[in-house]
Amino acid sequence: MLKKVVELYRYRELIATLVSRDLKARYRGTILGFFWSFFNPLLLLGVYSVIFGLMLPNRFPGIEGANYSVFLFTGLLPWTWFNSSIIEASNVLFAQGNLIKKIQFPVEVFPIVVVLTNMVNFLLGLPILVLFFLLFGKGLSLWVLFLPLAVLVQLVFTMGLSFLVASLTVHFRDLKDILTNLLTLWFFATPIIYPFNAQVIQENTVVRWVLTLNPMTHIIEAYHYAFYYGSLPHWKKIPVTFAVGLIICYLGYLVFDRLRDTFVEEV
Amino acid sequence: MNAVIAEKISKMYKKYAHRHKFLTLKSALVNRTLFSELTAAEKFEALSDVSFTIPKGKTVSIIGENGSGKSTLLKLLAGISKPTAGTLETNGRISALIELGAGFHPEISGRENIFINGIILGLSRKRILTLYDEIVRFAELEEFIDKPVKSYSSGMYMRLGFSIAINVDPDILLVDEVLSVGDASFVPKCLDKINEFRRKGKTIIFVSHDLSTVERISDEVIWLKHGRIAMQGHAKRVVDAYLEYVGKKDEVKAEIIHEEQEKAAEEEREKRWGSQEIILQNVKMIDSEGKEKYIYDPGESLTLQFDVESKGADQEDFVFGIGIFNSEGVQCYGTNTYIDRLISKRLCGKGMVKIKMSALNLINGSYYLNVAVHKRDGYPFDYHHFLYTFRVGSAHRDVGIARIPHQWSFSGGIDVESQD
Repeated sequence: MLKKVVELYRYRELIATLVSRDLKARYRGTILGFFWSFFNPLLLLGVYSVIFGLMLPNRFPGIEGANYSVFLFTGLLPWTWFNSSIIEASNVLFAQGNLIKKIQFPVEVFPIVVVLTNMVNFLLGLPILVLFFLLFGKGLSLWVLFLPLAVLVQLVFTMGLSFLVASLTVHFRDLKDILTNLLTLWFFATPIIYPFNAQVIQENTVVRWVLTLNPMTHIIEAYHYAFYYGSLPHWKKIPVTFAVGLIICYLGYLVFDRLRDTFVEEV
Repeated sequence: MNAVIAEKISKMYKKYAHRHKFLTLKSALVNRTLFSELTAAEKFEALSDVSFTIPKGKTVSIIGENGSGKSTLLKLLAGISKPTAGTLETNGRISALIELGAGFHPEISGRENIFINGIILGLSRKRILTLYDEIVRFAELEEFIDKPVKSYSSGMYMRLGFSIAINVDPDILLVDEVLSVGDASFVPKCLDKINEFRRKGKTIIFVSHDLSTVERISDEVIWLKHGRIAMQGHAKRVVDAYLEYVGKKDEVKAEIIHEEQEKAAEEEREKRWGSQEIILQNVKMIDSEGKEKYIYDPGESLTLQFDVESKGADQEDFVFGIGIFNSEGVQCYGTNTYIDRLISKRLCGKGMVKIKMSALNLINGSYYLNVAVHKRDGYPFDYHHFLYTFRVGSAHRDVGIARIPHQWSFSGGIDVESQD
């Protein structure tokens, strides 16, 4: 495994080039360019802000009005990174089929490029989030310095899942369709539009367990702690999630590597 | 030192069982057949037991019909896929001119795409920077290099792709049919570049249907037939053997076509007209050995033979004629007994006519035959129009209509050597 990581280091220039190619291509030719990749989260932000901030207020004590929008945005931004990475990963081997079939190419680069491209997108969105906090929220604390930790954990977890999804969709095409629905469910099973410590959740054992077993819960929570609550991330949950992420990453790569030779013939 | 050593390599393509297509992830997980299910039910062997070595600095071509395994072999050599069995060893950096402009992004400028494509092909950014001017110059794209690639014509696209690939400076260059898409002025430039590679002592592996180029540039030729090596060795020898094989195969096809045409001729009256007072039948083409044949060498003799029968009274005024037309409908030759100053005296009952052409002297191609019997004034008894075909096939590549017998000779300070 370590050898593989070293090998990947050799491809850093290739990965960097492809990431910048995808980013450039994404923003070129559109007037609002960069803005479009935030259109979807901003739309969701608007809808949820109206529903839970105005129409059904006082659901979550302490998170009301403008505060709620800021809270929501904190979770939506990293979720968008996760969501688009998985969706794009499920299609990337087909989209790049020409490169796989026609030239010798390290295939594992593709899921990595997908996750990293979306990560850069996410990082570019952070200034908007900070601006939200300064304008509408209660400002930021020094705990925001824990942000890189949250990003790292999410990166590892997303990467592993992307490897898995990318290689499996080659053989199980129906996975692509399932995935969209699955991610919608997953979105609601992650504390993004509601806080994890809401009374309803804590009182219902089943719901609490489902949320606790969901790694994305703890990753999004880490962002909430760093930005919204302004306190230390959960000292036990984050390392455990990181470990789970590493295992998923390892398994994902294993499956990807096992199926690697079939890609040329199947995509 | 060998550039490529292939030992008993085989490539099996899997035709997955049909039900696999409908297999869902869930059932695979439930039955724990995620991996075992991926073993194929039916297999197709694209290459079997192929062994060869290519010494460093040689130019080797791979020829064969469609589906003979050429592309599969090239993919294996390029490292895109792996052989199912056997070992394939390559020494040196390989650049494959299989897919030009791999990874080009249409929205991005040519300049940026050079870097992307170069890095995909294994160059470092620094190296591309030093090669950059040469790449642009060779592609003749100085004015367009900052325009997005989507605005390029397909010729420009190909030139840029070729220019990058060739500047990777490989030890082994794989060239697929790519040159066939280039514009007329760029192809010679590409061939020049390939020749330059040869002079530098690089190894070139060339896959093409263009046998004349193959013969010209190769030291050795490998002929693949149904995934096996049918023959390998000296370029001319293998190309000739291949041509002969393809010719024989065509002969069988031509014979079938001939039979079908005869059947169709029975029904197709517009192609045959006349009063039928005299009829022609059993038109045959016969070679010098008396065998019926439909593919001829330009130097070979062809005898046209047909039976004649007078249905009514004896005839005194009759002319037999033939015409040879090429596939464009141009008459290449025509004559009749009257033109040849033969005066008809009497025709009664049955008879047979033969006309021997001692050498066809036609260029390669398909030809149609007219055979007729009519009066001197043109009144038709029986006219067969385009009912019979034959082909001229040879290794010659001269052009025009007739293959005029000729011979080159030189004197003085001219030194010329035959390729044969």
